[in-house]
Amino acid sequence: MIHGDQLAVFAILFMGVSLAGFWANRWRRADLRTLDQWGLAGRSLGTVINWFLMGGDLYTAYTFIAVPALVFGKGAIGLFAIPYTIIVYPLVYVVMPRLWRVGRHRGHVTPSDYVGDRFDSRLLSVLIAITGIVATIPYIALQMFGIQVVLAQMGVPVELALVIAFLILAFFTYLSGLRAPAMIAFAKDVLIWSTILVAVIYLPIRLGGYGAIFAHVPTKLAILPRASYVPYSTLAFGSALALFLYPHAVTSVLASKDQDVIKRNAAFLPAYSFLLGLIAILGYVAIAAGIHPSKAYGPNSAVPQLFAAMFPGPFTGYAFAAIAIGALVPASVMSIAAANLFSRNLYRELFRPTASANEETNVSKVFSGVVKLGALLFILLVPTTYVINFQLAGGVWILQTLPAVFLSLYLRWLDRWAVAAGWAVGIGLGTYWLVQVHFAASTISLFGLTHDQVYIALAAFIANLIVVIGGSLIARLLGAAGRTRLAEADYEVSVPSGA
Amino acid sequence: MRSRKWALLLLIVPFVSVLYPDWYSRLQPELAGIPFFVWYQFAMVVLGVIVTLGVYALEGVRR
Repeated sequence: MIHGDQLAVFAILFMGVSLAGFWANRWRRADLRTLDQWGLAGRSLGTVINWFLMGGDLYTAYTFIAVPALVFGKGAIGLFAIPYTIIVYPLVYVVMPRLWRVGRHRGHVTPSDYVGDRFDSRLLSVLIAITGIVATIPYIALQMFGIQVVLAQMGVPVELALVIAFLILAFFTYLSGLRAPAMIAFAKDVLIWSTILVAVIYLPIRLGGYGAIFAHVPTKLAILPRASYVPYSTLAFGSALALFLYPHAVTSVLASKDQDVIKRNAAFLPAYSFLLGLIAILGYVAIAAGIHPSKAYGPNSAVPQLFAAMFPGPFTGYAFAAIAIGALVPASVMSIAAANLFSRNLYRELFRPTASANEETNVSKVFSGVVKLGALLFILLVPTTYVINFQLAGGVWILQTLPAVFLSLYLRWLDRWAVAAGWAVGIGLGTYWLVQVHFAASTISLFGLTHDQVYIALAAFIANLIVVIGGSLIARLLGAAGRTRLAEADYEVSVPSGA
Repeated sequence: MRSRKWALLLLIVPFVSVLYPDWYSRLQPELAGIPFFVWYQFAMVVLGVIVTLGVYALEGVRR
C-alpha cells in the first residue's frame, strides 16, 4: 500500500534538495574541467561548509539505519559506534593535517597519489587505488540500500524509485562534482537534526520517558556482557583507524582550504557522534515500542517502522526524506573519490600517462557514474546480505592500507616492498578469517591464543604491521635505500605564496 | 605564537576514556532512567570536544 501523505512530503523534499545539487555548479563558479575543481571543489572549503560535508560524508544514511538496527537486534554492542567516533578524532587531529600539507604541496587528489609519491612506487599506488575502489563500491550500494528501506516502508515500487534516485544522483554529481554534496549536506543536516531531535523528545513522551523505555530493555541488551568487552574495544579501535583511510574521507580532508579547518573540525565533528548516539538509542526505543521488523528488511527496518508507527504521516515522510537525502551526500562523495582513484591512479598511471587534466577529469566524471551504476546493480541484483558482507570485508581491507598511507607520514625508513608484502598478508589473512566465520561475524578468536574475540580487521592489521616493520628493517640491513619523490619541505606548513 | 606541541598528549584523554568497557558497562548510576553505560559514553563525546578544542587553543595557530 502506498502511503500518499508520507510520499508527498518525501517527494517534494527530495526533489527540492536535488535541485540544490544541480545548482551547485554555479556556486563559487570555476572551471570544472579540472579535478581540483570538480573533485575537490577547488580545495577551498572553510570550516563550516566542510563540517557539513564531512558530517554527511562520514555519518552516512546506512550508518543511521544499521547502527540502531544492531542495537535493536543485538543490544549494547551496537553502541560501539560511539567510542569509535570518539577516538577517531584525536587521530584525525594529529595525522590528517600532515597528509593535507603534503597533498597541498604536491597537488594530490587521492590517497594513492600520496602513496605513489611517498614510495616512488607505481605498484603501491595501484594497490591502494584498487583497495579503495573495491572497498567503496559496496559502501555506495549500502547507501542505496538505505534509500530502498525507506522507499519500501512508504509502499512505492522500489526498483523504479531507486533508478530515479540513482539518475538524479548521477547527474548532479557529473555536473557539479564535489560542490553538489557540499551544498546538499547543509539541507540534509537541517532535515536529519530536526528529525532526530523530534524523535528523541517526542517518542519518550509517547512511551512514558526514558526510564520506561529502558525498563522494557533486558539487562543483557542494555549493557555489555563481559565476553563482549574485547570485541567492543577492538571494533571501536579498528573502525576508528580505518575510517579516514577510505578514499571519500581523504577527499573531504583534501578539499579543506587550510589545515586549521581540519583541526577545528576534529573538535566540532563529534557533534555528529552525539547525533549518532541518539540515533543508536532509537534501537532501544523500537524495542520498547514493540516494533516487529519486516520480513524483507529485518532489523534494518526497525527505525523506519518506528517512525511510521509513531509519527503522523507527513512527518514520517519528512523523516524518510532526511534518511534518503542523507544517502545522497556520501554516495556522491564516495563515487567522486572512487572515480578519482580510477582516473588518476589506474587510467593515467597505467594506460594514458600523457592524459591532459581535461581528459582526466572527463574520465573521472564518467567513471563516477559507472561506479554508482555498479552499486545500483549490486543492490538490485545481489542479495543484501552479500552486499553487507562485502562492505564488512571492505572495512577489513581498507585498514590494510594504513602503513602505506598513515605510517609512512612518520616513518621514513619504511620499505616499499615490505609495505606491499604487509598489505598482501593483511588482505589475505583478513579475508581468510572472514571466510572462516562465514561473514556472519566481524570478530574471531585467534588460534586459541586469545580467549576473547578480536575484530578481524585489527588482527589482520597487526600481522600486516609485523611484516611491514620486520621487512623494512631487513631491507635496511641489506642496504636498500628507501625511495621517495617527496622532499622534507613537503611535510611542512606552506610558506605564504610568493616566498 | 609559540607552538606547544606537548598539548597533543592531551588527546590521549578521550582515547582512554572509552578504551575498555570494563569500567563503564554498568547500569548504575542511572541518569533520568538511562543506564550509566549509555549516558557515560555521551558524556565522553562532550569531553572529547572540550579536550580537542583545548588542544587546538594551546597548540597555537601556526602559519
